[in-house]
Amino acid sequence: MPLSLLPAVWIFSGVLFIAAIRGLASPQSARGGNILGILGMATAVAFTIFIPGIKQQFWILTALLLGGIGGIYFALRVKMASLPQMIAVLNGLGGLAAVFIALAEIINGSTAYLDNVLGLIIGALTFSGSMVAFAKLQGLLSSRPLIFPFWRLLNLLLILTILVLTTVFLLCPERELFYVLGVLGFLFGIMFILPVGGADMPIVISILNACSGWAAVGIGFSFGNVLLIVTGSIVGASGAILSYVMVKAMNRSLIKVLFGETGSESGATGVTAHQQARAGSPRDAAYLMENAAKIIIVPGYGMAAAGAQHILQKMARDLRELYDVDVKFAIHPVAGRMPGHMNVLLAEANVPYEDVFALEDINQEFATADIAYVIGANDITNPAAKTDHSSPLFGMPVFDVGKAKTVFFVKRSLGSGYSGVENPLFFAENTIMLYGDAKQITGEIVRVLEQK
Amino acid sequence: MMAFWLLLTIFVLSCFIGYFVVWGVTPALHSPLMSVSNAISGIIVVGALTTAGFAENNISVLLGLFAVFLAAVNIFGGFAVSQRMLAMFKKKEKK
Repeated sequence: MPLSLLPAVWIFSGVLFIAAIRGLASPQSARGGNILGILGMATAVAFTIFIPGIKQQFWILTALLLGGIGGIYFALRVKMASLPQMIAVLNGLGGLAAVFIALAEIINGSTAYLDNVLGLIIGALTFSGSMVAFAKLQGLLSSRPLIFPFWRLLNLLLILTILVLTTVFLLCPERELFYVLGVLGFLFGIMFILPVGGADMPIVISILNACSGWAAVGIGFSFGNVLLIVTGSIVGASGAILSYVMVKAMNRSLIKVLFGETGSESGATGVTAHQQARAGSPRDAAYLMENAAKIIIVPGYGMAAAGAQHILQKMARDLRELYDVDVKFAIHPVAGRMPGHMNVLLAEANVPYEDVFALEDINQEFATADIAYVIGANDITNPAAKTDHSSPLFGMPVFDVGKAKTVFFVKRSLGSGYSGVENPLFFAENTIMLYGDAKQITGEIVRVLEQK
Repeated sequence: MMAFWLLLTIFVLSCFIGYFVVWGVTPALHSPLMSVSNAISGIIVVGALTTAGFAENNISVLLGLFAVFLAAVNIFGGFAVSQRMLAMFKKKEKK
């Protein structure tokens, strides 16, 4: 394999990677795209291992094999509800790999100081930040924002220190300073993610995803490797766009997520008692549903937390097959714990993807729906986001479920969502509350539906 | 210096490609998008391989091999979990 042919390999693999992302434009082309991605990766790795003069081939293959076994093991074992944790870990490992490469290069006498220091710092903060995110998602750390005294000031100081020391290192590249910068990068990731609340995790994972890409870009510059730069920037762009989508859907700003008051302090749960919410039974709900022509189901994370997706799919299927009802699912971008999470959870429960719609594609249909079945969701249906300028939710895109003839809310209690904002829809005339566990209530509805 | 500007050009243009391709991804597949991007960011393995294969000192070789291992977890784990997820997205069964 002559060296001069390598650029051709980089072009080939780069094109296949772009095709892999392009494939995700629709579920039909996505699997084919993934195969192209695998092909591109296999080609790049195979040709690199056999660059003339490369040593340690036995150990390299061993490391590849061990990592491959580990990766596939986790990929096959992970529960779809825990997908965000797996993505967090993968983001982190990518960052750590960049750290090791940058260290190895500097120790080996590389003079690509700026490129390696970028790879080092971004990689380090991606790793430590991802580990904190993982611990929060997994429940090892409280999902409440962990705030330390003067955290805003300390974090700002840390950024300044890193900037100054990086400049010093570039002017006078002492190896010890490089190590210090690595440690500061790790510290940075921890200090920035600790104060972020659990509700903002979809944003954090997206940001870290982007960082793992930017770290690869840094390493790419250090090697002058075009494929690394191209791939890293596409991953970086992807993470950045997902962060933007999440921030928009939550009506937050990046500055607020990282520096501001965090979104998970659900202090105000007190609901004023003078308003009366109407409660109903699953039996009533089932009768109304049997006679409906069109039902839109709005699932939120509470539904997934209760593990109700399979019984929900059963309900939708029964309504469609036994009673000829038009049933659709409406997904808010922040319905899960990471971008697109709810779509995967429903797909796992065998809900066909043609029945699942995004916010902007279905919102006008509530006006023609007989029933909106809101299960484990709250804030994403709160009309205050459209009408009440003083509400913290104001400006957040929400489902107009109130426009349906009847709205069912499956909830444990009248409590507010993570925002701590009361939902006036609970007290609307066409709303019926179904108090209880999402899985149990839906199960009872299914039992009544199947009695015929 | 020329090489740097060339790489920078490629970097900026790639960001644009990424921007347009990623906006084309359907929101329903945003989770697989993350896992696929995890997998392809494992391309950093190419850097790890050259470090492990060409470094002059043992510490660098060892660090390089570690990086190969970590990137391999990303590659195999990312592609495998994507494949698993994408296999779940089914069309309606025709009656």
